[in-house]
Amino acid sequence: MKIVVAMRQLADLVEELEVNADGTDIDRDFVKFVSNEWDEAALEEALCHKDDGDAEITVVALDEPDVDQTLYTALAKGADRAVKLTGHDPEGWIRTGDRAAILASWLERDDFDLVLTGVQAADDLDGQLAGVLAERLGVRHAAVVVGFHDADSAVQVEQELGGGTVAVSSLELPAVLGIQAARQTPRYASITRIRQAQQTQTIQEVEISAGGSLGGTVRKISPPKKRGGAEMLEGSASEVAERIAELIRSKGLARS
Amino acid sequence: MPVAGKKQLPDVVELESAIVKSPISGREWDVSGSFSRMLNPRVLTDYTYAGFAKIASLTGGESLQNCYGCGKCVPVCPVDLVGEYGPRKIHRRVQTGLDLFKADELWMCTTCANCLRVCPKQVNMVEVMPAVREAAVAAGDIPEELQVVMEKTFRYGNALGENPRKRHAWTKGAGVPVRVLSGDPGPVDVLFYVEDYWSYHPRGQQAAQAFARLLSHAGVDFAILGAEEKTVGDSQRLAGEKGLFEALMEEVVQVLDKYDFRRIVTPDPHGFNALVKEYPKYGHNYEVLHYTQLLAPLVGNLPLTNRIDAKVTFHDPCYLGRHNGEYDAPRTLINAIPGVELIEMGRCKGNSYCCGGGGGGMWLDGFNANHLTERLSERRVREAAETGADILAVCCPYEVSRFEDAAKSTGNERLKVMDISELLDMAIG
Amino acid sequence: MAISVLVLSERIAGEHPEATFELLGKGSKLAKQLGGELAVAVAGTDYPVQELGGADVILELAGLEAGAYAAPIWEAGVAAAIAASSPRVVLMSTGTVGLDLGGSLATRFGGQLASYVIDLDVDGEEILATAQLYGGKMLAEVALDSFICFATVIPGSFPADDGRSTGSPRVERIEVGEKPKAVAMAIREPETGGVDITAAPMLVSVGRGIGSSDNLELVQELADALKVPLSASRPVIDSGWLPKPHQVGKSGKKVKPSIYLSFGISGAPEHLEGMRNAEMIIACNTDPGAPIFEVAHFGTTVDLFDLVPELTERFGG
Repeated sequence: MKIVVAMRQLADLVEELEVNADGTDIDRDFVKFVSNEWDEAALEEALCHKDDGDAEITVVALDEPDVDQTLYTALAKGADRAVKLTGHDPEGWIRTGDRAAILASWLERDDFDLVLTGVQAADDLDGQLAGVLAERLGVRHAAVVVGFHDADSAVQVEQELGGGTVAVSSLELPAVLGIQAARQTPRYASITRIRQAQQTQTIQEVEISAGGSLGGTVRKISPPKKRGGAEMLEGSASEVAERIAELIRSKGLARS
Repeated sequence: MPVAGKKQLPDVVELESAIVKSPISGREWDVSGSFSRMLNPRVLTDYTYAGFAKIASLTGGESLQNCYGCGKCVPVCPVDLVGEYGPRKIHRRVQTGLDLFKADELWMCTTCANCLRVCPKQVNMVEVMPAVREAAVAAGDIPEELQVVMEKTFRYGNALGENPRKRHAWTKGAGVPVRVLSGDPGPVDVLFYVEDYWSYHPRGQQAAQAFARLLSHAGVDFAILGAEEKTVGDSQRLAGEKGLFEALMEEVVQVLDKYDFRRIVTPDPHGFNALVKEYPKYGHNYEVLHYTQLLAPLVGNLPLTNRIDAKVTFHDPCYLGRHNGEYDAPRTLINAIPGVELIEMGRCKGNSYCCGGGGGGMWLDGFNANHLTERLSERRVREAAETGADILAVCCPYEVSRFEDAAKSTGNERLKVMDISELLDMAIG
Repeated sequence: MAISVLVLSERIAGEHPEATFELLGKGSKLAKQLGGELAVAVAGTDYPVQELGGADVILELAGLEAGAYAAPIWEAGVAAAIAASSPRVVLMSTGTVGLDLGGSLATRFGGQLASYVIDLDVDGEEILATAQLYGGKMLAEVALDSFICFATVIPGSFPADDGRSTGSPRVERIEVGEKPKAVAMAIREPETGGVDITAAPMLVSVGRGIGSSDNLELVQELADALKVPLSASRPVIDSGWLPKPHQVGKSGKKVKPSIYLSFGISGAPEHLEGMRNAEMIIACNTDPGAPIFEVAHFGTTVDLFDLVPELTERFGG
């Protein structure tokens, strides 16, 4: 089974995000970019299928800041091949519609059974990748996938509906799945292995020119207005603990 | 020794029934495991060398097999005091089939080097453990707690996962100007390499601020790297991520090469150890001092006029003392403070106990809790409290937070934990 | 009158979800502004009709069997409803169905889409959406000017009561011609028994900030001392550190305890959705900018590893 894992970079949410000069995007100059955590789950699930003995994994990503590190890490973890798609502005905000168009243009000439990607990303304002990509490719899709196994020409998919309820369906291959969670925490690739991958493996670069915006016009971006928010408890751990203990007691929820 | 109140059965494999044929006489001996076995001549065939062979094949792993079982290391092992450990015990377990590469025991050694001090066979756990850990990590076997720290270090250049751009946020509260080289890149005498815990931990920041004031009082020309500084990552190396250490070294050296300084001064004995011992192996040579070594000869220049009437005991950091032989500089500084009475703990200097933070232990408290009756830091704090001291003085950035936690959890809150730089700062009039 | 707003009821079985009424309430206002009718698309034929009085028209998706779900089948059904009603605006939630269908339907109809929407308005010829970005750390104002516009709305953004009115909508049956290459097989309910975090008067809840499963014991001790269950946000559950029934949030349980005491939870919108109605929320997170402080009543940036043992001690742990 040929699995393509579509990964992407995203502004690190550890950072304090700031708005750029014209107010329509975050300021990307001073932000660190890391791989989307749901994509990491998608990769892990693909690797688990490979461990079970029936998958060949290609990771593909658009050129974005620090994307090489994500791709080499995927190779170090056990992906068979890494592809980087170029031909767009790697520094800007790549909207879902354009991302899907570029990926679809590449996938149309590559052979695959399944595309896995993260169920969502923190900046996919114009929709989640899996559905948009599938529609462009004219194949089946499912989002919020928490498990799947393949049966000949179809894949049986488990989608989480909330509260632990799961919908089971069977999709004819090929298909695109938006992965919510892998069966285990993403594995660790030691830095030694990542460096080995950097020295011994190559990332294939493919230039693509395609686009297809889905989004409207972003008029402005701003941090949400504080609605008062929480009353902050200041002081040492011990002092704060005492205040919290009082609050708990005030609700009559504890004896001591 | 019982662990968590439960007796631990010895993990020994002896075959119930075994006959060995002598290659010389052809006679067969019964070596079955039985009470009378020690009375019979026997050939040791019921243990395998395979475990040692696998470890010895690693660079740094060669010496474990040299152990001849004298056991001198066990009573000095800080981990054995609160659990079942010690190199001789590890040797025996490997002999009887323990796969060290997969065992929890692999992560419990703090690389404190007290065993090496007494070992007649130079079994060097400071090299053995990191070598085996490196192989385990490469195979993906790493405790979650540690994995998170490695990922944070790789991503942000510090073990705490803090924002790299806020690395010098502590300077705001220093009360004296702290020059940051990126903004003011001229030549400087002392490059103050702040390291992670003084940069980010609230208690560490207080020590960093105190130290900056001391440098200012002593008239030292100093500067920091600010956001360009990354951890040297020596503890990450000893915890099995040599690749991460090397990747960090490339970046550290690249930044250091940009600036003109005479010597590096760091509060972190772990970073100090790497800069002194590891960097030269890769051809990077700097003049490096621990901050106590910089201050000790300058202590006469400090206006230490405030008396601190207190009994103070001092904890030798493993990587300053045993690993690098510096026992005097911190004591010179403590004794220079008027009013202070220095009381030594039973275990001090070369035989100092370990705080449990070295070799990755800093990030494995949850993992190790399953194997130890108490934390090493708790054990040490009880020792410190027993001396009757009011203050436990330290000079390693790992220790203030470790010992303060331990002082609380052992009911010794009256024992204050302070960095030597904070004590000196208090004494300045 | 033409249909101008189409709301999708994401009911697969049982009751209509709360989000349907929230969207109906907002949808009826939008429909008035646009001068058209409000329609609601419903799967199957066996559903509580009278509850949908807030809509002018019910579009019955005949081919969709209630009680099972497959994205391509629903996509074909909703596409048929859109084709038959030609709305200006299609509203879905950011639940599983909305995440599934929003992007693919917008692509199929060549419309524009805004996701994670928390407010909507009509501005001349444009539909103006306010949407969350970066897990709620930013808000974006997006103008949609396509012939047909799609919005997936975060549940809880609009009051549900506005959508619960009585009325007698006319019912139109939508035949689905398309045969998707997919089979909806089953709905599997979670295993019952064990902990019920929705019934507890107080919850101790833990998030990513706990760092690793080894540290969970620390928080478990506090929960034990308080004699309340331990709950968690998605990262903790996805990592397998706590079983699924402990999850609070969009994909977990919605809880409403008297006190919700959270440690190391930053407060992604999906999490806030599950706990924002708690009577008192006390949040501990070292990041003073964490969104959870927006909904919390009391907050602290003290490190959880320092705070939790102090609390445990106070409750006799």
